Amino acid sequence: MSINVLSYIVVMAGVTYLIRMLPFTLIRKEITNVYIKSFLYYVPFVTLSVMTFPAILNDTAGIWSGVAGFAVALILAFFGKSLIWVSISACVAVFITELIMY
Amino acid sequence: MSKLWFFKKGVKDGIPIFLGYLAVSFTFGIAAKNAGISVGEAVLISATNVTSAGQFAALDIIANSASFIEMAVTQFIINLRYSLMSSALSQKISHKMPFWHRFIMSFGVTDEIFALSANVEGKLSPFYSYGMMSVAIPGWTLGTLLGVISGSLLPQRALSALSVALYGMFIAIVVPPTRKSKILAGIVIVSMLLSFAFTKLPFLRDISSGFRIIILTIVIAGVASLLFPIKETENRGETTV
Repeated sequence: MSINVLSYIVVMAGVTYLIRMLPFTLIRKEITNVYIKSFLYYVPFVTLSVMTFPAILNDTAGIWSGVAGFAVALILAFFGKSLIWVSISACVAVFITELIMY
Repeated sequence: MSKLWFFKKGVKDGIPIFLGYLAVSFTFGIAAKNAGISVGEAVLISATNVTSAGQFAALDIIANSASFIEMAVTQFIINLRYSLMSSALSQKISHKMPFWHRFIMSFGVTDEIFALSANVEGKLSPFYSYGMMSVAIPGWTLGTLLGVISGSLLPQRALSALSVALYGMFIAIVVPPTRKSKILAGIVIVSMLLSFAFTKLPFLRDISSGFRIIILTIVIAGVASLLFPIKETENRGETTV
C-alpha cells in the first residue's frame, strides 16, 4: 500500500466523515421552527425519489428491464408489501426481462 | 423494546442493503483494479468511506495524481447531500441518548441507511443503526474485495438484476405514505419528473448527480415546506416518514 494512495484515502475519508458528522452533532436541540421542521420532514421523500428516477432505468443492462423493475417495485410498494419483498421482486423482474429480451 | 431487538431489526432490514451493496461495490472493485489500485487500498477506501459516487470519482483523482485539494473539494461536493440527511436524522434522536452515539451513527449515514432510518416511526434507536451498519458496511467492503480479485465471479446478468435492489428499497419507502397524503404523492411525482428533466435538458444535464440531488432537495422540499408546513398538532415533535 503506497503512502501516496494512503494520503488520498485519509483526505477523502476525513472530508466525507465530517460532512456526515457535523450536522449530526451540531444540531443538538429539537428544531421548533415549523418551516425548517417541515423542510426536514420532506427531505427524504425528495432525495430518495430523485436518486431513484431516472437512475433505475439506466443501471440495468437495457432500459426495458429497468422499466420492468421500476413498475414491479411501484405496484408492490403501492400495495404496501414489505421492503425486502419489493426490493427482491424488482431484482427478479429485471432478471426475467433480461433473460427474455437480451 | 431492548437494544438487542433494535439491533436484530436493523440486521434484518439491512439485508436488501447488503445485496445492493454487494453488486454496486463489486463494480467499484473492478473499476479500482482498472485504475491501478491494489486490493488492500480498494478495500480500505470502501471500509472508510462507504459512498458510491464519491469513491468512483476518487479513482480518477488518484489515477491522475491530482492534488489533495481537488480530492477534498470533489468529495465535499459529491457527498454534501449527506449533511442534509444528517440534519434530518438529528431530529429523530432522543435527547436521553448518550451523545457519543452520534459520532458512530454519523459514520453510517449512507443513502440507504438514511432511507431506512427516516422510515422509522418516532425516535431512532442507535442500535437499529448499528444493526444496519453491521451488514451494510461488510457487504460494501466484501463486494469491493470480490470485484478486485475476480471481475468475473458474478455473472453480468446477476449484477444487472441486483443493481435495482437499492432503488426497489427506496420505492418501498417513499410510495406507501403517498396513499394517505396527496401532498406527499405530489412531492414524489414532481421530484421524479424534475430529476428526469435534469438528466435530459441542455445545461441542466451537465450538473453532476450529487449536485442534482442537493439542488432538487433544497428547492422541492423548500417550496413544499412553505406551501404545506406541517402543523405541530399533526406531528408532535416527531418526524414520522
